[in-house]
Amino acid sequence: MFAYIVRRLIATIPVMAVVAIFIFSLLYISPGDPAAVIAGDLATPADIARIHHQLGLDQPFLVRFGHWAWGVLHGDLGVSIFSGLPVWQLIAQRVEPTAALSISTLIVSILLAVPIGVVAAWRAGTFVDRSVMVFAVLGFSLPSFVLAYVLILVFSVELNWLPVQGYVSFHDGIVPFLQHLALPSIALGLIYAALIARITRTSMLEVLSQDYIRTAHAKGLANSEVLVGHALKNAAVPIATTIGIGIVLLIGGVVVTETVFAIPGVGRLTVDAILRRDYPIIQGVILLFSAAYVIVNLLVDISYIFLDPRVRY
Amino acid sequence: MTTAPLDFEAARAARRARHGKVVEWMYRHPTVALGSALLGIMVLMAIFAPYLGTVDPKAIAPIKRLRFPDANFWFGTDALGRDVYSRVIYGSRVSLIVGLSVAALATGFGLAIGLVTGFSRITDAIVMRVMDGLMSIPPVLLAIALMSLTRASMGNVIFAITISQVPQVTRLVRGVVLSLREQPFVEAATAAGTGFFKTLWRHILPNTVAPVLVQGTYICASAMITEAILSFIGAGTPPDIPSWGNIMAEGRSLFEIKYYIVLFPAMFLSATVLAVNLVGDGLRDALDPRLARRM
Amino acid sequence: MGQFLRATGVAAALALSVALVPSIGHAQSGGKTLKFIPEADLRSLDPIWTTAYITRNYGYMVYDTLFAIDANYKVQPQMVETWKVSDDQLTYTFTLRDGLKWHDGMPVKSTDCVASLQRWMKRDVFGQTLPDVIAEMKTVDDKSFQIILKKPFPLLLDAIGKLSSNVPFMMPERVAKTDANTQVTESIGSGPFKFVKEEWVPGAKAVFVKNADYVPRKEPPSWAAGGKVVKVDKVEWDYIPDAQTAANALIAGEVDWWQQLPQDLVPLLSKDKNVTVANADPLGSIGVLRFNHEQPPFDNVKMRQAVMWAVDQKEYMTALAGNPEYWKVCYSYFACGTPLANDAGNAPLAAPRDLNKAKELIKEAGYKGERIVVMTATDQPIVNSQALVTMELLKALGINADLQAMDWGTLITRRASHEPIDKGGWNIFFTWVVAPDMASPALHAPLRTNGKAAWFGWPTDQKLEDLRRQWFDAKDLAGQKKLAEAIQAEAFEEVPYVPTGMFVIPTAYRSNLKGVIVAPVVFLWNVDKS
Repeated sequence: MFAYIVRRLIATIPVMAVVAIFIFSLLYISPGDPAAVIAGDLATPADIARIHHQLGLDQPFLVRFGHWAWGVLHGDLGVSIFSGLPVWQLIAQRVEPTAALSISTLIVSILLAVPIGVVAAWRAGTFVDRSVMVFAVLGFSLPSFVLAYVLILVFSVELNWLPVQGYVSFHDGIVPFLQHLALPSIALGLIYAALIARITRTSMLEVLSQDYIRTAHAKGLANSEVLVGHALKNAAVPIATTIGIGIVLLIGGVVVTETVFAIPGVGRLTVDAILRRDYPIIQGVILLFSAAYVIVNLLVDISYIFLDPRVRY
Repeated sequence: MTTAPLDFEAARAARRARHGKVVEWMYRHPTVALGSALLGIMVLMAIFAPYLGTVDPKAIAPIKRLRFPDANFWFGTDALGRDVYSRVIYGSRVSLIVGLSVAALATGFGLAIGLVTGFSRITDAIVMRVMDGLMSIPPVLLAIALMSLTRASMGNVIFAITISQVPQVTRLVRGVVLSLREQPFVEAATAAGTGFFKTLWRHILPNTVAPVLVQGTYICASAMITEAILSFIGAGTPPDIPSWGNIMAEGRSLFEIKYYIVLFPAMFLSATVLAVNLVGDGLRDALDPRLARRM
Repeated sequence: MGQFLRATGVAAALALSVALVPSIGHAQSGGKTLKFIPEADLRSLDPIWTTAYITRNYGYMVYDTLFAIDANYKVQPQMVETWKVSDDQLTYTFTLRDGLKWHDGMPVKSTDCVASLQRWMKRDVFGQTLPDVIAEMKTVDDKSFQIILKKPFPLLLDAIGKLSSNVPFMMPERVAKTDANTQVTESIGSGPFKFVKEEWVPGAKAVFVKNADYVPRKEPPSWAAGGKVVKVDKVEWDYIPDAQTAANALIAGEVDWWQQLPQDLVPLLSKDKNVTVANADPLGSIGVLRFNHEQPPFDNVKMRQAVMWAVDQKEYMTALAGNPEYWKVCYSYFACGTPLANDAGNAPLAAPRDLNKAKELIKEAGYKGERIVVMTATDQPIVNSQALVTMELLKALGINADLQAMDWGTLITRRASHEPIDKGGWNIFFTWVVAPDMASPALHAPLRTNGKAAWFGWPTDQKLEDLRRQWFDAKDLAGQKKLAEAIQAEAFEEVPYVPTGMFVIPTAYRSNLKGVIVAPVVFLWNVDKS
């Protein structure tokens, strides 16, 4: 078993290396020059060349990559070209809002989608089912920023129920924390709810056609008990699968939401960094995303050993 | 679905006899029919754009800027005086081309790579590590990063979004190939002396078509939304080419006072993406009922 | 099952990080906080090293200057108490005010000032002309220093009191000794605010608190001059990238002041009785259409003149700013409203658009339909609208123009290329410059015509450079004005760039704010919130 774990650990190294080389090369061949952005509009070409040299941007690829990789292995993600602050610190400042937004969006989506999917499956083939599903797909087809604008217009500007923008940490009060997260979570959540609702419905349909469901009915169990206690429990697996896949997609949606609602999260940090060619931040963030993805995968694979007796190692 | 009572079949047969197979099928799958019809309208609109009462979508007329919809400008004018109606109609071309191209390219590449990795253990090891790496980067961020490498053009947008979608298809195809490889009928074919490519063509490929096709429609839908997001961030199609994404991006700061600049492209985009998604659902149901239940 | 565990795993990791990571920005002091939406987000903290306006604005919060420009465009003392000029006009002696202290408590000394000036002179376009005229700078005692010139230079104080980038801010000597090409990352100034670096979230928020030790001058505030009295306890710069969200935040009272809003949103904000929309910048900015003078076809002066004949500033400004309240035409190479603006030679721009004349010039130039590259930036509406108007104009002239869109970061990199267009070069790009930076030949970068050393576009015209040199030697304002006219007449012949009009960007703040200073640069002292 130990050997299995070690083998899996070693297998993650090439993946991380691939990501590191890929993202570094991408930036190396990028045409934009952070030196020009930093120098300001009225700077002369000589200024820019000087800054370019200063930032070490004129060194060959391998030198720059080696330098950066060495730093990463020592836990040093480098320093932002623009603000001079350590990349690690910039990311740490911004993780909390993004994490809070992602989690609340997931919660909203699940709370909305699972009941809808169950109902649609239960009433499969009827008008209720079809219209619910069309609404679900519609939710998935809307651009998230349009939904965001409409929500702000209705709930913040017209009704004054919720704040327009910003983020308040839960350290500063649970109520403002939730208030500021409400609209962004709904704007993003409606879209992912559509995805989850579909999967719930399909999964439930498959389960509901099984024999043991008929047995449960025959035994005299109430509909709700059958639906929740037996069907949903067994349908949970593919539902959870979709939620898991959805997390990666969530980050894409978070970027737009953070921009519209002015939430200082990691998504916006990355987009700003990309558009400004702040290489160290881009490299650091993407590496971190990949590391998180890889590590979680690794942990899950290892847990298979304990959970699934069929897994050979 | 629960078991149908017997006279249902009789009713169905009677309907088929009266109206023909197509109508019968549409009756049984109203959502797919709706989707296909919508998609068809959008495609026709894109093709026949010049004949639909449009003017040059790029012509600016600052004097006529920011007018509400009226008899002359059915969808109003934008901040540079351009006719929003014309831009939206012509914009369908961009969104459809982006969506369909990304779907075609992503499925094509994914199919090719997936087939190869499914069979060759060495390339599998290398390529899947690369795919894993790519998949761990959120698709929107990857697309933005790729767009920042070059200047804005439709081709580059298509390329950037395609790259972020290829790993999914590769994984899908690889999975199918791996599971099929061990099947008795493939082994039998190999034992009978069928060449590698013939096996591929006759036995493996047909079984990949269905899931890839279905996945392709979802990729098309998601590519259209991604193009809108890229334009929103400012890393999408160039500003002089009207696309639903950048019409909305240009109108976003005026949403509350000139809502029509965002509203109309949003409606059209949503309708088209909805249509593609519904068609995808229909394809899924039609091609593989087993797949339908599992997905 | 696996994916579910995966999902839980990621969720747990995120939740853990949320709990463990120190939360951002929680200094809860009582007192008044002014929440301000700045024009851009603060990236660099060194206003000498970069010309970016946002860093200049930050500089005015945290640093102070020896002299400053007031609303009449006159230089006034700020950190300086008294100064004397010797009879031969060659020796200037400055004495600092009492009570000036750095944010770390140390007193401001003359050695700090000399070092700061030296660093500034290495970077700034005006400052770089000073080493030619300065023989030496030396300290006399802790509070006095001298600048000794080689020849009389009446503009010395104007240089040291410069209003816009790069502003000669005073920094402690050890900070000012930093190499001019390396960014300063510390924030120790002697200005009316202190920067709270621990709460800085680049891209989102910057926090400043009142400097209780600052001793403001007694005079009323007037642009960058006069008394800088801070009337709030804390200022928070909240960068909100989405214009619609910023407008809503202001209406909802979540922020107090939005520095620059799109002109089209003025009606929305004016409707709200708690919001005041004003024009806080009397002079505004000038749109710039810049040619590449090294590459054909715009290396030919007739082609440039042709474009100028075809440009209609009214069309550009309507597209860029909309409501005529927010723009005006300005047919001068010096910002209208500044002392040196004049009418000399401006027929090609001032006369009604003449496409025929333009086409004639194009024919004379021998243009045969070669492709040209026009660059635009999708993330800069001011740049983009100028580009789109220009494309229509070029089409009308029969010029084969190819519009290439990129983001601003890429554009300002690409404009540095001297290559021909098939190797990644360019022919036209657009930008805008605030009026103070176009007020005199001393700091007017786009007007320099010294070839390769000039601003992007690299125009070459010896005559213009000679006239500029003469301007420095002018004896008085009348002499300066005459030379300015001559410079401009030559500029309209040579066409280093085409000014596309003057526009102002409105500002909006909650009606309970008082004391907002109307100036070309935004100043946050004197503002009170009731």
